[in-house]
Amino acid sequence: MGIDLTAEAASRHQAPTVRGPSEEPVVLTINGTHHTVGLEPRVSLLDALRDRLGLTGSKKGCDQGTCGACTVWVDGRRVLACLTLAIACEGRQVTTIEGLAADGEPHPMQRAFVEHDAFQCGYCTPGQIMSAIALIEEGNAETDEDIAEFMSGNICRCAAYPGIRQAIKDVRDARERP
Amino acid sequence: MRPLGYARVSTVAEAVEIVATDPAGAFLAGGTTEIDLVRLGVARPDLLVDINDLPLHDIDDLPGGGVRIGALARMSEVARTPAIAGRYPGVAQALLLGASQQLRNMASMGGNLCQRTRCAYFRDGVSPCNKREPGTGCSALDGLNRGHAILGTSEHCVATHPSDVAVALVAFDAVVHTAGPGGVRRIPIDDFYLMPGDTPDRENPLRHGELITAIDLPPAGIAERSVYLKFRDRQSYEFALVSVCAAVRVEDGIVTEARVALGGVGTKPWRARLAEQHLLGVPATAESYAAAAAYELSAAVPRRHNAFKVELAQRAIVRGLTQAARGGMR
Amino acid sequence: MNTAIGRPVDRVDSQAKVTGGARYTAEISLPGLTYAAVVGARIPSGRVEAVDASRALAAGGVLAVLTHENLPEIAGQPHLLPSLLGAAAPGQSFFPMQDAAVHYAGQPVALVVAESHEQAQYAASLVDVTYRREPSITSIDEGRDRVYEAQRLFGGLMPGRDERGDVETALAEAPVRIEAGYRFAANHHNALEPPATTAVWQDGRLTLYDSTMGIRATQLTVAHLLGLPLSHVRVITHFVGGGFGSKAMTWPHVTLAAMAARHVGRPVRLALTRAQTYTSNGHREEQEQSISLGATRDGRLTAIRHHKLSITSRFDDWAEPATGVSSQLYDVEHYEGVHSLIQGNTMTPTFTRGPGETLGVFTLETAMDELAYELGVDPVELRLRNHAGADPRGNPWSSDGLAECLRLGAERFGWHGRDPRPRARRDGDWLIGTGMAAAAYPVAFFMPEQRARARVYEDGSAVVQTGTQEFGTGVLTVATQVAADALGLPLESVRFEAGDTDLPNTSAAVGSAGAGMVSAAVHAAATALRDRLVAMAVADAASPLHGADPAAVDVADGRMRLRDRPGTGESYADLMIRHRLADTEAVGSWTPPPLDTPHGLLTFGAQFAEVAVDPDLGLVRVRRMVGVFAPGRVLNPKLARSQLVGGMVWGLSQALLEGNEMDTRHGRWGASNLGEYLVPVNADIPEITVEFVEVEDDVVPLGIKGVGEIGQVGAAAAVANAVFHATGRRLRRLPLAAELVMDPPASS
Ligand SMILES: Cc1cc2nc3c(=O)[nH]c(=O)nc-3n(C[C@H](O)[C@H](O)[C@H](O)COP(=O)(O)OP(=O)(O)OC[C@H]3O[C@@H](n4cnc5c(N)ncnc54)[C@H](O)[C@@H]3O)c2cc1C
Ligand code: SF4
Ligand code: FES
Ligand code: FES
Repeated sequence: MGIDLTAEAASRHQAPTVRGPSEEPVVLTINGTHHTVGLEPRVSLLDALRDRLGLTGSKKGCDQGTCGACTVWVDGRRVLACLTLAIACEGRQVTTIEGLAADGEPHPMQRAFVEHDAFQCGYCTPGQIMSAIALIEEGNAETDEDIAEFMSGNICRCAAYPGIRQAIKDVRDARERP
Repeated sequence: MRPLGYARVSTVAEAVEIVATDPAGAFLAGGTTEIDLVRLGVARPDLLVDINDLPLHDIDDLPGGGVRIGALARMSEVARTPAIAGRYPGVAQALLLGASQQLRNMASMGGNLCQRTRCAYFRDGVSPCNKREPGTGCSALDGLNRGHAILGTSEHCVATHPSDVAVALVAFDAVVHTAGPGGVRRIPIDDFYLMPGDTPDRENPLRHGELITAIDLPPAGIAERSVYLKFRDRQSYEFALVSVCAAVRVEDGIVTEARVALGGVGTKPWRARLAEQHLLGVPATAESYAAAAAYELSAAVPRRHNAFKVELAQRAIVRGLTQAARGGMR
Repeated sequence: MNTAIGRPVDRVDSQAKVTGGARYTAEISLPGLTYAAVVGARIPSGRVEAVDASRALAAGGVLAVLTHENLPEIAGQPHLLPSLLGAAAPGQSFFPMQDAAVHYAGQPVALVVAESHEQAQYAASLVDVTYRREPSITSIDEGRDRVYEAQRLFGGLMPGRDERGDVETALAEAPVRIEAGYRFAANHHNALEPPATTAVWQDGRLTLYDSTMGIRATQLTVAHLLGLPLSHVRVITHFVGGGFGSKAMTWPHVTLAAMAARHVGRPVRLALTRAQTYTSNGHREEQEQSISLGATRDGRLTAIRHHKLSITSRFDDWAEPATGVSSQLYDVEHYEGVHSLIQGNTMTPTFTRGPGETLGVFTLETAMDELAYELGVDPVELRLRNHAGADPRGNPWSSDGLAECLRLGAERFGWHGRDPRPRARRDGDWLIGTGMAAAAYPVAFFMPEQRARARVYEDGSAVVQTGTQEFGTGVLTVATQVAADALGLPLESVRFEAGDTDLPNTSAAVGSAGAGMVSAAVHAAATALRDRLVAMAVADAASPLHGADPAAVDVADGRMRLRDRPGTGESYADLMIRHRLADTEAVGSWTPPPLDTPHGLLTFGAQFAEVAVDPDLGLVRVRRMVGVFAPGRVLNPKLARSQLVGGMVWGLSQALLEGNEMDTRHGRWGASNLGEYLVPVNADIPEITVEFVEVEDDVVPLGIKGVGEIGQVGAAAAVANAVFHATGRRLRRLPLAAELVMDPPASS
């Protein structure tokens, strides 16, 4: 059994340390690099990236989980940085759009977005790309319906949706025939 | 956002103790409800206790055929676990039709059960709202109430419970396990949700510091051929106008067992027991489904903007039962 | 020759956008930066009785709390004028925090400045404001007893009434009459980047980083409101995360950011929250439209009466003009267009994509669909029968193309052979319907002269500059293409600089005008520079082109040569090095045609849609859309297509999803986030086909009529007409929510 529901398990005990509410040194691993930043615990991962670390590729469209512009990967899974506390990411791997072409070579998804003009103003684009790559990894890019459904957490007000889907299909198909 | 203390705990006991002893403490799982509401000023904790390191992530088969889902298992993981997708398709579909993949990767099952209503007056932080500020009144009663409930309402609150998966869990009699200052307990999920009555601020029986540790699904049985249908304005990334979890066993054209639960229309995830009773022994036809649905909805109290849901919910029940009878997913 | 224009080249800023390198306004980091947060009024009408800032001031990191009690007075009163005109464009004739009066919910009543974003936001929630509430009007229904006819619209730009002939009699005598009324919920732009401004003062001079569709408008407005010389205000905008009209005016928060920065003596960043965008940058007003069509039995229109009623603010007569297209599109002798208003407690509404005419055309084109059914004439045929061969106001079209759009669209869509009977096609639980609409949108030349500068360096590379800004239209890309061709340089040799008021001026990019006017100015500058270099060469005894007729010289790949003897010539570089010119430049300008140009100016198109409707559940799914457009010269088909697709999606969502309701008791919008105000997600959008019809137009600049709005026009009507075809039910409200679309319960 993986989960122990007994009263004994519930009574094992150590004293946890409370951090904050004032600024604390927080160690974040972003795109493979460790950063120590002074942060209040209330600072979101998104604001830590944008306002403290100069990594402004992740966008803030709503700060409420309703748009997907802030999509990043934490431990390899796509999540919303606006509803994630930065301090809760200690010990986890954060990947942002800036981490994709770290060696100077653009990711095929970035190229496909350019090719299919999968954006206009570009504000949703980093989030779309982080979602799109994860989508293929998750295995949720098999059908057109799946792509549309599993990309629906990323709003594009410029409405580049058809181009976004085409870019994803290109990258998926190129991967399938190496 | 208000200033916050933060503590990460690694055992259930620590988690319970630290929150139980701090009236302004709250658990933090995926944060998709909690961080949002703290930023809006609707939730006002001073200390967030991060429970994500607790060993409550697993999804295990139970002896006898049920499944135990750890409170910290993520919605996306639960949905793709073969035991769930295969034996409880209605549960898996409810999960996948909720929120977005990013949110499902973050959101925990325990947190999902505890998510708060999306009533705009509750969330705006300023309108009179009995759920947020008991005694101030309910702005939705005579306000914009298209999204609000028609079943289980009171004169004090008509807010819809927003969870999708809870609807499926209610349909299949899941059991919620908790650990709290007073020890552990099991709460049948239908009892986990309270009707608003005159205390709409109290949504569940959890005591301060009481932690959900797991959710048990009993052996699948009829759930194995269940469906979850969700109807909404846009095709994705939206809460339900109406949703239905349905399962039906038909022998010789006669309904011998049925489960129906509704989302988007109830102040709690709504087990449609009246409809279920009405279905037993009737021919498995759209007409008898409609009659059962009408019976369930006869108790509905519509308001100005949500009256259409009375009809919509009935049609949704018919649709759900029809599909379930056809053998689950199309 | 002409190698770049017309080619589907990638956006020049695409690398920056896909790598996260593009910096938007709220991403500019400056030493000593502070953060401002706005406190919006909770009431729609009344007064601020008291502000207690003590809790806010005691919170960590707070530097200042500004209210009407300590904010300096503005130096000049704001006057409403659209930014396109090239004057100050404050969005409304009201500036907040000058006194205690409250005119709309969300109106700024206090501003908090703090060391961090979190501190500012939190302290804003601690500012205790006591209000005295007064009665308010926030919906049309509440103000029906105060309707008045608008004299001027759109910030004074247009008359509120447009008439010809005798509508009353013509309608009375018409053998066939269609009358219909429609209600349209308010719309919000919801550009994905919420507006933001960063203000920095140095030595009495102000630099603003602003997410605006018009840097020049920001400069003019802020200078006017603060009483600063224009030379002391510089506005910089590199990337804008969408505008759709919301960033076309300079709303109060921009000037407030500057005032806050002056107050604390440090740079201030003010970023609106998503919720605040619903009450800070205008919206498309709640409105009703009614239309009467008179026609002969063989389907010729004889009269149109088209009225609009909408709600505006307490201080401005703003209405989107809705009757321009209905007065021009069809050959109809008797016409009456009237706009009526109610003053209420909202901020002044503003441009929203496809201003006015998208809903005006919705009304016209759904009524035309009704007429087609009434007469038993095919809807495409009905449009063809009535299309005006010349502008009914008496002028020839600058260019047309409607008939070609209708025919090509019908062909691509597979319109012919359509069974017009409603509820005739089924697919499982779904009823299938198809619908179409004609589309037209005015081309307007309200802007003043536009300027650009071109510079060539001695190595043959070039920089072209103009003070426009990129918010997704691709203007930087197409202007680079235009410059490259005019200079005779490869695209890669031309760099385009924009987004800074220190550069030569262009106006705000509104109403599809951006690409055309910027390209025209750039073309003028680049042509002037090329002409100068050619003139130098033909005058230079050392040049192989010495003595040639400049008109006989063209330039390709940076080399000037005789057109009929391309072997004879030399490069810009050789000429400049010989003349010891490290660089040389020219300014060019373009002056728009006069407003009374004797031409009818409309961009035409045709829209087709197929929908599936679940009549039990009220669900509508758009299965496919075809749009055919005649936007004049297409500088870059790839980018033009993206904009047109974007417009069609806006039309789809205007039909099915978008709308906000007022809670009139509180005078606040019901929805103020992207979870409740629904914009389409990926799963809502089908495959969309866009086709072009080529038309030549020598009235509009470079033959460009624009693609920013026309994609949206008619799209909602095509969808709604398809819903009628599917269900047999004519729905007269937008959005077409489930409760409207679902079949009513069988009466028992
Ligand atoms: C934009 C948006 C769209 C959404 N759409 C949908 C949808 O369509 N359908 C749907 O069902 N949901 C939807 N959700 C809600 C989402 O599923 C919930 O927010 C999520 O499940 C909550 O889980 P969490 O782990 O993030 O909880 P948290 O936010 O961490 O916690 C939520 C609450 O539960 C408490 N809590 C957390 N874990 C425990 C525990 N183990 N024991 C006791 N208390 C606990 C916390 O203290 C807090 O009060 C949406 C959310 C957003 C933001
Ligand atoms: S419905 Fe409930 S949550 Fe909404 S305003 Fe009324 S009391 Fe508050
Ligand atoms: S900014 Fe995070 S979802 Fe919108
Ligand atoms: S490109 Fe503008 S929001 Fe997607």
